[in-house]
Amino acid sequence: MLRFDLALQPLRALNSALHCLPPGQNDVHIEVLNPRGSHAVAVGIDKPVRVEVMGPVGYYCAGMNDGGTVIVRGSAGPGVAENMMSGTVVVEGDASQYAGATGRGGLLVIKGNAASRCGISMKGINIVVHGSIGHMSAFMGQSGHLVVLGDAGDALGDSIYEAKIFVRGRVKSLGADCIEKPMRAEHLETIADLLAKADVTGVRPEEFRRYGSARRLYNFDIDNADAY
Amino acid sequence: MCGIVGLFLKNATWEPHLGCLLAEMLVTMTERGPDSAGIAIYSAAGGRAKVTVQSSDPLRDFETLGEDLALAGIEAGIRIKSSHAVIEAATALDRLHDALAVVRPSVRVMSAGYSLEIFKDTGLPASVVARFDVRAMGGTHGIGHTRMATESAVTTLGAHPFSTGPDQCLVHNGSLSNHNNLRRALARKGMRFETDNDSEVAAAYLSARMAAGDDLGDALAGALDDLDGFFTFVVGTRTGFGVLRDPIACKPAVMAETDDFVAFGSEYRALARLPGIQSARVWEPEPATVYFWDRQNAA
Repeated sequence: MLRFDLALQPLRALNSALHCLPPGQNDVHIEVLNPRGSHAVAVGIDKPVRVEVMGPVGYYCAGMNDGGTVIVRGSAGPGVAENMMSGTVVVEGDASQYAGATGRGGLLVIKGNAASRCGISMKGINIVVHGSIGHMSAFMGQSGHLVVLGDAGDALGDSIYEAKIFVRGRVKSLGADCIEKPMRAEHLETIADLLAKADVTGVRPEEFRRYGSARRLYNFDIDNADAY
Repeated sequence: MCGIVGLFLKNATWEPHLGCLLAEMLVTMTERGPDSAGIAIYSAAGGRAKVTVQSSDPLRDFETLGEDLALAGIEAGIRIKSSHAVIEAATALDRLHDALAVVRPSVRVMSAGYSLEIFKDTGLPASVVARFDVRAMGGTHGIGHTRMATESAVTTLGAHPFSTGPDQCLVHNGSLSNHNNLRRALARKGMRFETDNDSEVAAAYLSARMAAGDDLGDALAGALDDLDGFFTFVVGTRTGFGVLRDPIACKPAVMAETDDFVAFGSEYRALARLPGIQSARVWEPEPATVYFWDRQNAA
């Protein structure tokens, strides 16, 4: 196991080491000490490495992750796992705004709460939040799944395309063109699979409700002008 | 982008170290605001009127200030810190304020009250902190700001905090879009403005509401209706501090609370070195929600 202490070493030492791993090296386990809210911790991983960050991080932790596993043993600032391509990111605490924004793949698990704009413009990422999410989450979400065990804030799924949202608690309000939809067997299977991958136990897929696009805003229609 | 820090002490034994803790927090936020920095620091009021002034020519303005105020009938104690001076006198605040305007029209009033002192200037936060010897200051609570200017000039007066009422001050991260209209409306009600800055309008708005009888909580709730734009505000009064984010809440904010303190930071980095932070309750303040801590209700 490699160990980086950000109280003693610059962040670039960690991120360069991650970027310089030769192809095929997939047994690397890195521990990061004293992150103290640093920005851009473990961004741009493109190998199947495992990084454990022992404390809270700042902006953009694990951004662009492609195949790595990043565990944050603390809370994360804005934009955690932004534009993830593949792999897994787990935040043991809370996540600030736009967690998983624009993500194209992989799994983001937030064990606490996520703030506003969680999964904004998601494009294939799967996000499981053990707690609640803030307003404008999954705004313009194009594909992927957002599973929320707690509540959702205002304007959930505003202007959503084909991302699928599953919320177990209360939804404060739905955004433009987002509606509740019937839960089918395939959705229950998807939820069960994601809950298992996110270490959630004691929660049944049937407890969730599904939300998605009414598909009225895909193309401009003058009769919908009020909805924009 | 700007940086905000705030620290409200619940444990009185920490009070001599307030300046030291706030200075560390402020310097951590340098990347968010390298243009200018400022700090507002509150200490237990001793009953004497207190005014902090700034001068572009401190040698000229401060050298005989005590004698000149004495000639005007006011026995004042004066502490000079770089371009600022803190003037204290056992007299009515208005009387001290008016006398200063007569004997030194060239100085600018940074703060007036019984408890508050404000020091702010252009330059990197570390140099501003050193210039005013912030680390040596004690107090009960304080707020600080690092500025990256977006809509008005980088000057001492354009730096935060802004004080527009007795022992009141405000720092702001964001930008307001209806400040010109609101400034005109507040000016008609008698509020005075020193700058074209949007944040000064927010400060004056809250001061005007409080002068009309609102408590800080009600004044902040009114701001949600009347201020248009992006904001995270941290506001200080003699006995407490408040936090408010606009309903969109783009501007970052993190808070932490222990038995010893309540702290605010634009980022967690600002809080990361506070003693006891590992076991603190850390959370992100909700949008459009008023938070307020008061010394009288704390403890």
